[in-house]
Amino acid sequence: MTDPFDMEMPPRVEIGVLGWLKNNLFSPWYNALLTVVSLAFVIFVVRAILRWAFFSARWEVVTTNLKVFMIGRYPAAEAWRVIASLAIVVVLAGLSWAFRKAKDRPIRRWLVLAWIVSFPVIGILLRGFGEDNPFMPRVSAEVWSGLLLTLVLAIVGIAASFPIGVLMALGRRSRLPVIKILCTIYIETIRGVPLISVLFMSQLMLPLFLPPHIRLATVMRALVGITLFSAAYTAENVRGGMAAVPRGQYEAAQAVGLNKALMMILIVLPQALRNVIPAIVGQFTALFKDTTLVVIVGLLELLGIGKAVTGQRQFIGLHQEVYFFVAVLFFICCFLMSYGSRRLEKALGVGER
Amino acid sequence: MRKSGPDSGRVPFWRDIRVLRVLAQFVFLIAVVALILWAISNYSQRGLIFSYSFLHKEASFDLAEGIEFKPTDTYARAFLVGVVNTIRVAVIGIVLATILGLFTGIARLSRNWLVSKIARVYIEIIRNTPLLVQLFFLYFAVILKLPKLSEAVVLPGPAFLSNRGIVAPWPRLTPVFRLWWPFLLLALVAAVVLIIIRRRTRARLGRPGIGAVWVLACLILIPLAGWLIVPGNPLWLDVPELIQKAGGVFKVEGGVILSSEFTALLVGLVIYTGAYIAEVVRAGLQSVAKGQTEAARAQGFTNGQIVRLIVLPQALRVIIPPLISQYLNLTKNSSLAIAIGFLDLYAVSQTMLNQSGRVVEVFFMIMGSYLAISLTISLIMNIVNKRMQIVER
Amino acid sequence: MMSEVDMERSDTADQIIRCREVHKWFGTFHVLRGVDLMVRKGEVIVICGPSGSGKSTFIRCINRLEEHQKGTIVVDGIEVTNDLRNIHAVQREIGMVFQQFNLFPHLKVIDNVTLAPIWVRRWSKDQAVKIAEELLNRVGIPEQAQKYPGQLSGGQQQRLAIARALAMQPKIMLFDEPTSALDPEMIKEVLDVMVELAKSGMTMIVVTHEMGFAKQVADRIYFFDDGSIVEYNTPAEFFLKPKEERTKKFLSQILTH
Repeated sequence: MTDPFDMEMPPRVEIGVLGWLKNNLFSPWYNALLTVVSLAFVIFVVRAILRWAFFSARWEVVTTNLKVFMIGRYPAAEAWRVIASLAIVVVLAGLSWAFRKAKDRPIRRWLVLAWIVSFPVIGILLRGFGEDNPFMPRVSAEVWSGLLLTLVLAIVGIAASFPIGVLMALGRRSRLPVIKILCTIYIETIRGVPLISVLFMSQLMLPLFLPPHIRLATVMRALVGITLFSAAYTAENVRGGMAAVPRGQYEAAQAVGLNKALMMILIVLPQALRNVIPAIVGQFTALFKDTTLVVIVGLLELLGIGKAVTGQRQFIGLHQEVYFFVAVLFFICCFLMSYGSRRLEKALGVGER
Repeated sequence: MRKSGPDSGRVPFWRDIRVLRVLAQFVFLIAVVALILWAISNYSQRGLIFSYSFLHKEASFDLAEGIEFKPTDTYARAFLVGVVNTIRVAVIGIVLATILGLFTGIARLSRNWLVSKIARVYIEIIRNTPLLVQLFFLYFAVILKLPKLSEAVVLPGPAFLSNRGIVAPWPRLTPVFRLWWPFLLLALVAAVVLIIIRRRTRARLGRPGIGAVWVLACLILIPLAGWLIVPGNPLWLDVPELIQKAGGVFKVEGGVILSSEFTALLVGLVIYTGAYIAEVVRAGLQSVAKGQTEAARAQGFTNGQIVRLIVLPQALRVIIPPLISQYLNLTKNSSLAIAIGFLDLYAVSQTMLNQSGRVVEVFFMIMGSYLAISLTISLIMNIVNKRMQIVER
Repeated sequence: MMSEVDMERSDTADQIIRCREVHKWFGTFHVLRGVDLMVRKGEVIVICGPSGSGKSTFIRCINRLEEHQKGTIVVDGIEVTNDLRNIHAVQREIGMVFQQFNLFPHLKVIDNVTLAPIWVRRWSKDQAVKIAEELLNRVGIPEQAQKYPGQLSGGQQQRLAIARALAMQPKIMLFDEPTSALDPEMIKEVLDVMVELAKSGMTMIVVTHEMGFAKQVADRIYFFDDGSIVEYNTPAEFFLKPKEERTKKFLSQILTH
C-alpha cells in the first residue's frame, strides 16, 4: 500500500512560474518563435516611445498651456467659477455614492432634486450675468473651450439624450402605427448618417428654421445636434433591453392593476435598462469621444484647443506632444467610464438573479 | 338588474380605448406636420427658395484630388468627385480593416500570452481614444513629419514615402488590353462554373469533388495563357521616378499618387475599425461552444477541418451582422476627411454649400447619399443574415 | 341540475361573473366560439380541457388581458368593454396567478406584494407592509420577505404570486394553470394555499389539470374543448357520469397516470 504522502510530484518544469512560462509562451515550437518575435517588437516600440518621450519631446508645450487645455479661453480671473462648478459635481457625486444604499425615500428625492437643480445652477455660474456685474460678469458660451467645453457637451448631451432616447424606444415599440413609423424614421435616418452631418444640420439649418430674431449660441446648436444623434442610438439600446423583458411581466403588471405609465416606469424600464447597461454606458463613452467632432464646426473643445496650441508661435508644429497628451486624457476618462460600468453592473446584480 | 357602477352601456369617447388610440396618433401627426410647416414658413420668410437648378452651374473652385475635374465643371460633377473619393477610401478601408481585424481577433485568442496581451493593448488603446484625435495624430504628427520629397524614403518598388504622401508603381492599360480582357471574362466564367459544379457535387455526395485549387487555377492560369497569346503586353507597370527639375524643384513622374490626406485617413480608419472588428471576430469565435471542437476532435477531424467545417460556419453567423455594422461605421467615419483636408463627399459638399449658398438642398444631398449607402449595406446584411439562419424549432 | 336560465332568474343578485356568447378570433382562427358562463360569489370553478382549447384565452378575456370581439362579459356589475375606466376597475377587482409566476425580479419579495397597493390603491407604506406581512404569513413564506424572487424555490414563488394578487384585496381570483410549471414535490404546497383560499370564501376560477383539487373544493367543473364548453357538472357527477364522448376521452387520458 502506498503511503499517501509518498506521491510523486510533477516535473519541476511543469509547475509554478517555469510551468506557466512554458505553457503560455514557449510550447509548442512555433509559439516560442512567436514569443521571440513579439518580444523583439514590443521592446523596439517601447524603446522608441520612451526615447521620444524623454529626450526629443518638448513637453513645455503641455505644461505651460495646462490652463488653456483645461478651460480654454475662459478668462483666467473667473477660473474660480469653473472650480466651483466642479466642486458642486464632486460633492453631489460623493453624496450620491454615500447614500446609495439609503432606504429612506426623502433623501433620495432630495438628491435627485439636487442633481436636476445643479444643471441650471452650474449653467448660471459659468455664464454669469451682464457685463457690468462686478461679481460674476458674463462669460458668453462662445468663449467656453478646452476640457471644460468637452465636459459640458458630454454631460449635458448624456443627460438630455437619455430621456429622449427612452421615449423614442417606447414610441418605436408602440402598437400605434403613426407613432411607430415616425419614431422609426427618426431613428433609422439618424443612424444612417454621420454625426458630422447632424452637427452641420444643427449649425446651419436650425437658425434657418427659427424666426430671424432668435439667435442660438454655437454651443447650443452643437448640443442639440449631439443630443439628437445620441438619442437615436440610446433608443436602439433601450429597445433591445425592452425586447428581453418577458411578456409575462407586462401581463402581471396589468393584472395587478397598474396603468400603462406605472407599468413602464416601475416594472418594464427598470428591467430593460438593467439588461443593457454595458450598451448604454458604451453609448455614453462614444458620445464623450464624439464631442471632438465639434472642432469641425468651429468650437474649441479639448482637441480643438490642442490644435490651436500647436499654432502658438513658440510651439509651432509640436503636434506629437500635444495630440499625445490629448489622447492620454481621453484614454483615462474612457477607461474610467468602462470601469465604472462594470462596477455598476455588479452593484445592480446584473446576471445574478 | 345590474348594479350601478362605472357605465355599462354606450362608452363615452374620451374613455374609449379605441378612440384614444386613434386620437393619440392624430395629435402626434398634427404636431409633427405643424412643426414642419412652421419651419418651412420661417424659411420662406427669409426669401429663400428651394431648387436644385444650381447643380448645373459652374463650380468655380478646384478639387485637388480625385477623378478629372476643372473649375469650369458643374457642381454636379464636383459632387460626383466627392462621392468617388468616399467610395475609394471606404472600399479599400473595409478590405484592409477586415484583414487587420481578423488577424488581431485571432491573435487575441492565441494561447501565447504575449501575443494575446499585445492584441489586447492595441484594442484597448484604439477603442478608448477618439477617432479624430487618432486622425490628427496620424496626419499632423506622423505624415506631415515625413521628409520632404527631395529626401523621400525609398521603399522597394520603388515607392516614395514623403510628407506629400505615397507614390507607388501602378499597372496601367495598353491598347493590347482590348484583346486581353476576354480572357479575364473567360477565367471568371470558368471559376463560377466550377463553383456551381462543386456545390452540386457536395449536395449529391457530401464532398465537393473538385478541389478549391482548381478554381484558383482558373483565375490565374487562363489570364496568364491569354497574356502569352496576345501580341504585346496588356498592362504595363508605371514606375515612379524622382526627377530634379530646374530651380531645385523635385517632382515625381509616373506611378500613382496617394496623397498624404488620403493616406492618413485610410490608415486611421483601418487601424480604428480594425480594433472594433477584432472584438467582433473574437466574440464570434468564442461563441462557438467548446464542446463542438471537442466532439469534432473525438471524431478524428484534423485541426484544419475542424476550423473550416465546424468552427468557421458557426462563428460566421455571429460575426457577420456586427461586422457589416462596422463597415457602415467606417463609411460614416470617412466623413471626418474634412478635418484633415481630404475631399470626400462631405468635404466637397461643404465647399459647394459655401459657394452656392444652397444650404438645405446640399444638406438633403448629403443625407441622401449617406442614407443610400447605409440602406444598401443594411439590405445586404439582411439578405446574408436570412441565408445563414440556423434552422430552429 | 337547473338550466342556465333558471339560475339567472333566481340568483342574479349573487352573480359576480356573467359571460354571454363570448367569441374571439386570432386573425381567422376562431378560438372562442360562444362561451356562456355564470359564477356566483364564493363559488370555485375549475376549467379543464386539452391544450389549445382556448381555456387560458377565455379567462384572460375576463380581466381584459385579451380582448373579446363578440358577446358580453360582466364582472361585479361592470361590463368589460373598450371603456378605459371599466378596464381599470375590472383589473383592480380581479387578481391573477400565472403559470410562469411572472414575479417582478428586480423587487424584493415584500416589495412585490406592496407595489400595487401603494401605487394603485394609494395606501401608505406602513399599511401596505402590514397587509403584506399578513399575506406572506398566510401563504407560508413570512421569513422570505427580504429576499428576491429568484432566490426562492418554484413552490415558494407561486405562493408569493398568490400573495401578490391577494394584496389588492380582489373579489375574484383567476388561476391560469398555476401548478403546471412546478416540480411535482412542490405542487401540494401551492394547492394547499389554494384550498385554504377557497374555503375562506374567495370566488375562484381555476384552469388546471389537478383533479384532486377539483374534487376537494370545486363547485362546478367545466370541460373546454375547441373553443367552447362541452359540458359541466358538479365534481361528483362529472367524474362518475361524464355525458359527452369527448369528455370521457379526456378524462381517460388524464386520470390514468
